[in-house]
Amino acid sequence: MSTQTEELAHAGQDDHGGHASVGFYWMIGIILAVLTGLEVGAYYMELGAVEAPLLLVLSAAKFVLVVGFFMHLKFDSKVFTGVFVAGLVLAVFMVSALMVLYHWLPAAGA
Amino acid sequence: MAEAAVAHDDHHYTSTGLNSWKVGFWTFIGSECLFFGTLLSTYMVYKGAALEGPYPHDVFDIPLTTISTFVLLMSSLAMVLALDGVQRGNKKLALSWLATVIVFGSIFLGFQYYEFTHFVHEGLTLQQSVFGSTFFVLTGFHGAHVTVGVIWMITLFVMVLRDKLPPAKALSVEIAGLYWHFVDIVWIVIFVLVYLIQ
Repeated sequence: MSTQTEELAHAGQDDHGGHASVGFYWMIGIILAVLTGLEVGAYYMELGAVEAPLLLVLSAAKFVLVVGFFMHLKFDSKVFTGVFVAGLVLAVFMVSALMVLYHWLPAAGA
Repeated sequence: MAEAAVAHDDHHYTSTGLNSWKVGFWTFIGSECLFFGTLLSTYMVYKGAALEGPYPHDVFDIPLTTISTFVLLMSSLAMVLALDGVQRGNKKLALSWLATVIVFGSIFLGFQYYEFTHFVHEGLTLQQSVFGSTFFVLTGFHGAHVTVGVIWMITLFVMVLRDKLPPAKALSVEIAGLYWHFVDIVWIVIFVLVYLIQ
């Protein structure tokens, strides 16, 4: 999250539990729509080796925007972030480990 | 007396000073990450391992899935605006945005129903191949979560309509919103890993 984005979010905060303003939520919504458009554009442009990493980065950006601003983790207690990230890290580790075990290790052993 | 008891029940705090409902719900969401992680792992492990078709590129309709993805993303925006409406005590705003969430969630489920029936018509069933099994289980469980979310939103809509959700009880909507946004982020991951990355 860039410093500029953080400043914009804080500038838009109102007195409802540290949440952002309606205008800020609309801006996040528009960015999410644009990122989705970029994802589909990248899919149709068939960018080769760059395509998968690019799609993952765009997807991660959307993920962070929703979790950070729509789910208010950016403004809420760090305890909630810790609880969520703990589960998320375990899940990512599990997916990554299984992918390595089933896709890369057999190929390396062949 | 009864009102005082209700007000007291709405504010459970843990020793950290944080609301126990929110701590509990974020823990639930953390566990849901692992739940969908297992389903996604299974899909990824067996990706490309189907011995007979239909294969993903035979059945996936990217423009259609893009529309349903867009609809679900916009429902997340509507959800956060509904919460804002409840927090401000603006009943009209809260009702209109909750109705939008319900409609968008239902549209997403309609797209998924169409997609599933289309796939079955093309010969892809739960038993047809590992692609069919892993795809239907993963997206089916996501669809079940969206269905629960829509029912939850309808409940909130009725409560707002009957003036049962004043700003003091906005936490109920915030927690429902956490669930709805989580369902959205799961789809963000599914859309890329299942549909776009071949």
